[in-house]
Amino acid sequence: MKPLYTWAGILVIVFFSVVGDILIARAMKQVGDVHAQWRRGGLSPIIGRILSNKNFFLGVAAMAAAFFSLLFSLSWGDVSLVAPAAASLTFIGNACAAKIFLHERVDRRRWIAAMLVATGVALLAA
Amino acid sequence: MTFRKYLVLAGVTVFAAAGDSMLSHGMKQTGSISIHHLPSLLLAVANPWVAVGILLLLAFFASYMNALSWADLTYVLPATSFGYVLLALVAKFALHEQVSPLRWLGIALIAGGVGFVAGGPAVTAKAHEGDELLHSDELATATSGCGKGSTEDRVAAVSSGAER
Repeated sequence: MKPLYTWAGILVIVFFSVVGDILIARAMKQVGDVHAQWRRGGLSPIIGRILSNKNFFLGVAAMAAAFFSLLFSLSWGDVSLVAPAAASLTFIGNACAAKIFLHERVDRRRWIAAMLVATGVALLAA
Repeated sequence: MTFRKYLVLAGVTVFAAAGDSMLSHGMKQTGSISIHHLPSLLLAVANPWVAVGILLLLAFFASYMNALSWADLTYVLPATSFGYVLLALVAKFALHEQVSPLRWLGIALIAGGVGFVAGGPAVTAKAHEGDELLHSDELATATSGCGKGSTEDRVAAVSSGAER
């Protein structure tokens, strides 16, 4: 039962992480380059734009869900399995989701980078 | 890419690695949490290691959001994965843990992935011009059949959005 719990936990973490990352990335693209805005009007307009963005709050909620599922899974499974497996699968999930939902151009260079990092992270657990 | 932007990416990397290791150390002290005892999850937050870990992860989150405002998600994630390499190096040289050959291979692959993505552009220029011109739902309809929309489709969507 324990390995099943652990892998179910890992999949739940991956799901919420990908949803959170995509929503936060979309929110920050809607907010715009914070460096340019900082030069124009300082910090408070940036915070205002972030706090009035719906995607930001949905993203934070998804990330909080991912965080608590990570805490849960860490108490069941080994950190050396849960953390790298979840991180590795999240890289692949994010590359697909960023292409589908954010219309990012995931070219060959980025696919290879995502694959290399995902494989590397998985190997760290070995 | 300015020096300040590289600094933000470095912040994402270091805060995530430090935060994660403190959290994992704290959770080891807290021990197993059962699904039937949810309140014990709140007690875990009272552990100082977990608390500092959460503060570091908040710093990570601020720099992560900063990075996402000017770079693609598929750029930021691989570019900041160097934290795993940092963790392994800390384990080897500060904690004197054994790092197996397979782990060194993993470290090499991650470093390779970081170098690979860092050499490319940080942001998909055309798609984001589209994001600014169109509302996200309009963009979704314009490029329906998610993921299949080519750059030409997006440019067409952008120009039709501009005409409206």
